[in-house]
Amino acid sequence: MTKPRTFIGRGLPYTNIDGLSGRLIVIEGTDAVGRTTQIELLRSWLEFQGYGVIVTDWTSSPLVASTIDLAKEGHTMNVLTFNLLYATDYADRLEHVIIPALRAGFVVLSDRYIYTALARAMVRGADGQWIRSLFGFALQPDIILYLRADVRTLVRRAMLSNGLDYWESGLDQNPGLDPYDSFIRYQRKLLREYDHLTGEFGFVVVNARHSITTVQANLRRHILPILSDGRKPLGEADQDAALLGPAGQAETGALCRP
Amino acid sequence: MFTPGLQEAHHYPGKLIVVEGIDGSGKSTQAQLLQKWLANCGIPVFFTEWNSSPLVRRATKAGKKKNMLTPTTFSLLHATDFADRLTYQIVPPLKAGMVVIADRYAYTAFARDTARGVDARWVREMYSFAVRPDIALYFRVSVDCSLGRLQSARAKIKFYEAGLDLNLSRNLEESFCLFQGRVLSEYDNMSREYDFRVINAELPIDVQQQQVRRIVEREMGEEYLGRYLGRGSIGAAPRPVMEVEAP
Repeated sequence: MTKPRTFIGRGLPYTNIDGLSGRLIVIEGTDAVGRTTQIELLRSWLEFQGYGVIVTDWTSSPLVASTIDLAKEGHTMNVLTFNLLYATDYADRLEHVIIPALRAGFVVLSDRYIYTALARAMVRGADGQWIRSLFGFALQPDIILYLRADVRTLVRRAMLSNGLDYWESGLDQNPGLDPYDSFIRYQRKLLREYDHLTGEFGFVVVNARHSITTVQANLRRHILPILSDGRKPLGEADQDAALLGPAGQAETGALCRP
Repeated sequence: MFTPGLQEAHHYPGKLIVVEGIDGSGKSTQAQLLQKWLANCGIPVFFTEWNSSPLVRRATKAGKKKNMLTPTTFSLLHATDFADRLTYQIVPPLKAGMVVIADRYAYTAFARDTARGVDARWVREMYSFAVRPDIALYFRVSVDCSLGRLQSARAKIKFYEAGLDLNLSRNLEESFCLFQGRVLSEYDNMSREYDFRVINAELPIDVQQQQVRRIVEREMGEEYLGRYLGRGSIGAAPRPVMEVEAP
């Protein structure tokens, strides 16, 4: 580990986070920017090299995922309950998935992280200090890769994947607008918030307007130094070696190899 | 500057009364008696209970059933419940000029969650959106007394009530005493910070209720009560029949 692991704020006083030997890699970005596609490619690439990989998705905890879905349908949530449920979802995954995986030496790929909650909360007028304090128990990632694209690119990609959904279009924020206009206005505000967060939390910005393969190559370039931990970066030669068997595997040490 | 909340008085026309205390302190009995009395006096009362919002009921129930809650998720789910009830059940009746009686309030979270090991300041900041009560009644009882009451009232002490998630002891009663002892001392520490009206909850039920009514009468103020009572004091209103707590 390059530096000791820390919490973003006040942390979990009852949890010892020394000796979490894995890596926590966050892929952030707005809706339809291509996060999930890129994460699947990263997973294959990492597994191909022999790393144990766990992907954790936003709002996927068994504890509250269905509650969040239900509440979204019912439109009964406000900025407080929305964020408290997001925090619950994240806390459940942090304590039951992320920390155990890091302790076991896995590479954890997080599809979105607390910054998603921060950006959405700020757009909806939350108290910035309240939301930051709320997520103070979050673990500091090793790297935050922010996939950034302009709103015109995003709207086209959204149309081509699932169409424009109520929440992605921010229709709760813009009653009276049609989904397209609402999407543009809402996502533009979100991008502005992400831009603020970029400086505050040290995001590594990756241009997501490029082709899938170019974006993937850029992501890998940023991830490599995190994995190698001061040792010789795992280049093409190492990948070949990893394929050949135990001799190659000996290279990576602390990180888990299944 | 960020304020930790619950410090400034609210400006709603209604009044917020909260009852606090460890499990088995008898606060719910007292809250119900108070509610009946106020209602009898012609004052519109809305009653809201801790951990009762439909939004997170299923999640909390499932999490508790499988014992999968951590101190942090336990805390967050209860905060979500509270935020939902604040939005739909507490602020609207306060705006409508009603009395809201809350059976447990944010202080329950401060006491319990801190006793479970979450950061004391974190949980206070999380609840900074809460409305400061007009009256916070704290029913103080010893752990032994509360244990005795719970054991005679129902068959089994609950898992989280006993703090069994904390591995303080394998023995249910011992764990209950250790955990509730921590909660009790958190309450005691908060007493002054949040201006609790402390009531000795080991006194007879009707004696406690008389104290509660006197406090409420005094603290709610003539102006508010006068709106409903016309002439005469609240004490002159017909008194409801006192109920006896089930053994």
